[in-house]
Amino acid sequence: MVEEIGRTSEGDLIINVGPQHPATHGVLHLVLTLNGETIKKVEPHLGYIHRSIEKMCESLSYRQFIYVTSRMDYLSSHINNHGCALCVEKGLQVEVPQRAQYIRVIMDELTRIASHELWWGAMAMDLGAFTPFFHAFRERETITDIMEKTCGARLTMNYMVPGGVMAELHPDFQKDVKSFIQLYKSKFEEYNELVTGNIIFQNRMKSVGYISYDDAISYGCSGPVARASGVHCDIRKLYPYDIYSKVAFDEITETGGDSYARYLVRLKEMTQSIRIVEQLIDNIPEGDFQAKTKAVLKLPKGEFYQRVETARGELGVYIVSEGGTTPYRIKFRSPGFSNLSALEHMVKGLKIGDLVAAMGTLDLVIPDIDR
Amino acid sequence: MLTEDLKIQCTELLPAISFEEGGEWLNAYVASEDLKSFLGKLRSLPGLEFDYLFCLTCVDWKTHLTMVYHFTSTIHRHNIVIKAKLDNSNPEIETVSDIWRTAEMLEREVYDLFGVKFIHHPDLRRLIMPDDWKGWPLRKDYEDPVNMIKL
Amino acid sequence: MDVTGKNKEQKDFPGEIHETAGGGIVLSKLDEVINWARSNSLWPLTFATSCCGIEMMSVASAKYDFSRFGFEVARATPRQADVIIIAGTIVNKMAPVLRRLYDQMADPKYVIAMGACAISGGPFFYNTYSVVKGADHVIPVDVYIPGCPPRPEALLHALITLQGKIKAGLTREQIKENSYLNP
Repeated sequence: MVEEIGRTSEGDLIINVGPQHPATHGVLHLVLTLNGETIKKVEPHLGYIHRSIEKMCESLSYRQFIYVTSRMDYLSSHINNHGCALCVEKGLQVEVPQRAQYIRVIMDELTRIASHELWWGAMAMDLGAFTPFFHAFRERETITDIMEKTCGARLTMNYMVPGGVMAELHPDFQKDVKSFIQLYKSKFEEYNELVTGNIIFQNRMKSVGYISYDDAISYGCSGPVARASGVHCDIRKLYPYDIYSKVAFDEITETGGDSYARYLVRLKEMTQSIRIVEQLIDNIPEGDFQAKTKAVLKLPKGEFYQRVETARGELGVYIVSEGGTTPYRIKFRSPGFSNLSALEHMVKGLKIGDLVAAMGTLDLVIPDIDR
Repeated sequence: MLTEDLKIQCTELLPAISFEEGGEWLNAYVASEDLKSFLGKLRSLPGLEFDYLFCLTCVDWKTHLTMVYHFTSTIHRHNIVIKAKLDNSNPEIETVSDIWRTAEMLEREVYDLFGVKFIHHPDLRRLIMPDDWKGWPLRKDYEDPVNMIKL
Repeated sequence: MDVTGKNKEQKDFPGEIHETAGGGIVLSKLDEVINWARSNSLWPLTFATSCCGIEMMSVASAKYDFSRFGFEVARATPRQADVIIIAGTIVNKMAPVLRRLYDQMADPKYVIAMGACAISGGPFFYNTYSVVKGADHVIPVDVYIPGCPPRPEALLHALITLQGKIKAGLTREQIKENSYLNP
């Protein structure tokens, strides 16, 4: 719904964009103050998908609250579950078997590729091109088929549990992933041909939505948004968890700071993720897929914080425990929340078309922001 | 900088500081009146330079509220956690949104869910609940017989 | 009616065709022809609040195409849409928006509730203060799809069921329209 809701005293137009709108980000409501077509102020209104997850988790046990976190940032649901499982393991001081660690990292990287695929397709659709959407979903369907054979679900899989993973891998897993890697390498060039080199996309994205190095740190940006401005903030390199310290991959940074730089960072991250999967898929060690833990988990009294790198940025899981079977307080530090606070700074003085391009490259998933 | 050195430097800046044992990073308790000036020094002094505020939240302990701030430094790569106790009946604290711009929306969220008033905040109003919602949902004594179905 | 909502003796085209000299005659009831035409060209409104929206996008893409059933033209504006697929949780703040969108749609309009959250609040049923426990507290629903999220094939099954209901004259719209006949 785009409707005028008022005029300021100088005659500027105040317009509503959303909560239901054609861009497939979710229910984001922006109130724009426009002078002609130039944006003077952007105010996000949140809460249209606030499902009170933090309050609900205070009455769920440590094994039960994992299913809710899948639904927070549903495009990187494995990584969300991974972060919560790691935080609980930190409290219990449980050692996760090597086999489970390898499986977790492979699933994480496949999820990252699937999330970036969907971002690429949806962003191109925002800018007016409908074909890349179908190309992106072709690859994404291959990944969700692989996940479905092992985890049982296509989108919100509760596969990572405190202690390891929930079930053994499907016998076809290695063969399927290897054929996916071959498929991906042959199709990846299409992405550059279709979109990256296209002069229309470059003109719409270069010098649009600029954010500097210091502002990115001050606004708390993380993930590809901050890395496109030069900030080194990849949690997999700074505070490695599971076997990320043993895998060789590059942290992609650009110095442009604009939408085109954010676009390039995500595309190059996809190739790095394939590189990680290639290194690990042949070397999964034998062993248990889950450590032995008690049936009812009780964390000792204290506070625990775990950071993981989702496809959007840094997710933080902060558990305050009073020694019982349910957490006393859980806080999820969501990456989209801080990235969204930088939106106004990025688009002041630009036109409405530039707002769409900047929002597309921020890669917002609104249930992650509202929790 | 190591945890021991951080402890020494913090005690030099604010003698009334107290530390909590255990925990992955240095946890420090600061009085709510001294918080703003102490955090300003943490941001600007060379050697400390905590420029990245990555988590701002509040915990309701039934007798009092505690504000929790998590900082890291992108230059020196050290982390610190600062906490401040607030009174249950009238929780007020100075805003830090002029030092770290990310605190603007984070503090609005804490106001919305816990009722903590941030003095000198540029725009303090509800963020995720509807504008006319009554009550502070994440407090432990929040009752909502209409909407909440208890198991 | 069987599972697809079609009567066993229902034909693909609702009418009898008689070959006569100089052309042919088609004999049918106007209601049946109109229902047949409406059910094969429903335009959905793009309304996705959370995770089920991604499965709806999968159904729109090439593997589980829904444009072969007539749903290709997904409209962003409610004034031009026929069916609203509620994919995702409805919360207290979003409920007036949903009601407004439904009111802006032109008759005849149909509603599909997709996923556990839209049926009854789903996984967010206990101990939440902001979730509406089921989209049918806000607008009347014709077809419910269970699942969290439902598979794309389940959404296709629901679309075919809705088409069957329209052809048989059993959706809420049609019952309301015809209620003056049986007061």
